Amino acid sequence: MARKTIKLDYLARVEGEGAFKVVVRSGAVKEAELRIFEPPRFFEAFLRGRSYMEAPDITARICGICPVAYQMSAVHAMEKILGIVMPAPLRELRRLLYCGEWIESNTLHVYMLHAPDFLGYDSAIAMAKDHGDTVKQGLELKKIGNDILNLLGGREIHPINVRVGGFYRVPAKREFLELAEKLKWARDAALDTVQWVAGFDFPDNVRDYEFVALRHPHEYPLNEGRVVSSKGLDIAVEDYDDHFREEHVAHSNALHSHLHGQPYFVGPLARYSLNFDKLSPLAQQSARDAGLPETCTNPFKSIIVRAVEVVYACDEALRIIAGLVPPEAPFIDAPPRAGIGCAATEAPRGLIYHKYELAEDGSIVSARIIPPTSQNQPAIEKDLTSFVADWLNLPDKELQHRCEQAIRNYDPCISCATHFLKLELDRG
Amino acid sequence: MARVVVLGIGNTARGDDGAGRQAARLLRPLLPGKVEVLELDGEATAILAGLENADAAYLIDACVSGSGAPLGTLPPPGTLHRIDAAEGALPHSRSDISTHGFGLAGAVELARVLGKLPPRCIVYAIEAESFEPGAPLSAAVAAAAVLAAERIKTEIEAEEPCTTPP
Repeated sequence: MARKTIKLDYLARVEGEGAFKVVVRSGAVKEAELRIFEPPRFFEAFLRGRSYMEAPDITARICGICPVAYQMSAVHAMEKILGIVMPAPLRELRRLLYCGEWIESNTLHVYMLHAPDFLGYDSAIAMAKDHGDTVKQGLELKKIGNDILNLLGGREIHPINVRVGGFYRVPAKREFLELAEKLKWARDAALDTVQWVAGFDFPDNVRDYEFVALRHPHEYPLNEGRVVSSKGLDIAVEDYDDHFREEHVAHSNALHSHLHGQPYFVGPLARYSLNFDKLSPLAQQSARDAGLPETCTNPFKSIIVRAVEVVYACDEALRIIAGLVPPEAPFIDAPPRAGIGCAATEAPRGLIYHKYELAEDGSIVSARIIPPTSQNQPAIEKDLTSFVADWLNLPDKELQHRCEQAIRNYDPCISCATHFLKLELDRG
Repeated sequence: MARVVVLGIGNTARGDDGAGRQAARLLRPLLPGKVEVLELDGEATAILAGLENADAAYLIDACVSGSGAPLGTLPPPGTLHRIDAAEGALPHSRSDISTHGFGLAGAVELARVLGKLPPRCIVYAIEAESFEPGAPLSAAVAAAAVLAAERIKTEIEAEEPCTTPP
């Protein structure tokens, strides 16, 4: 076969800046590399010497799609150092804020980024020409996630109301009740969404993943829990560094994470498969109605799982608002002290880990942030290595599209890294 | 009263990517109470929400145009482009002029398809030089942001209907 290279200038429906290269020789995939150009450690260096109080606002800037994940992980790590225990009402409000981000981020991915793949459109714009009402529904649903961020976060993007110890201001109960009315519509729209995406055609590709997610004894994981895996890992967040290793690889600026030397998978598919029993009855029912098994190892079906998680997030937000008890104070204050603290939360794209060391005056001595996308990089590469072998008989254009779709299964947020993904297919 | 919005788009932590937001910040005190000035990071649906129910919208973003053009023919940094998006689709070669991938151009086209594009929709794109993390705006781009703010102010004032009773 003549040497052939296919390049895609950019893959727009990925949040980030990167490139993908697949090399095929003698009918087998020789290498699959995901390269990320963004210098990932910029923010960690930027944090050094700043006050611990600035961490939530600075880290929120890492990503416009999932700022809450960064804020929540940062404040929980700081609160561990300061010995702050969140009172239940504030803890619930933080959970509500996180629900907003899940609704927003998962809906964006399902409707605008991933659905066009399954329906044969090259963009959400092309899809909107034929499915205008569906796209409008998606945008409306996403907006309700934004409304939660607006109310509790102070604004939609890069919320500013989160602080170490709680919130700067807690909105009045009346404001939450207005939100509840919208959330009831949103929950119905989310149920529709599950049905809609469950009707798509899915490639029959499965893999034996090691799923990693938080697990909490009483709830679907958002802000806390132990780090567990589908292959038996069950550790406290404090022991993360004993099991997970970050390594530099030559082809990417972002570090690659491994668990005991092996790739692993974080994100909705992992969270769902490890915590199905903790979903609300309505969310569980929506998954069953969609024909989704309790453990799902087909990454293309992550679109259904994301939709189920939107049902859950709406349901959970309504539960929290219904039981709302105004906190005694918007935040718990505590003087700074020296120490080391870490926290992991569940970003829409998967587990995110933060670790900080503070000096006595509360200034940050060191910061480590491990976003979900860098953890999933080796798994994305393995997916491509494994799946492309089955797709080699497809025409180049279709093969390239399948590869993009496989990458989008992870909703990679390379902007937790920026903007362009180049795909290069070398068939030799 | 007509609803006029100005959307400054970009990431201020990435050098010239913050040009659109800088222009929006400059514009805010120039037109108090007359327009809604929003700063956005470039995510398409947020831009779309900003355009909704507006009678006139002005979008400002950093851009790198002319990719693929022969060397030496690219517009220099700080060049200010004005595109009337309501007139028709953003030219194909410009559909990725934004630094936000599925961002500004995508939002404008999506708004058009969904029938939500404001009747007047002007895009100001500032040719960027560098997207270095943490860097300030380069001199030419900072000057272009001032120019963009002035031009938009003039445009908005020219469009505004006479409010003095006859």
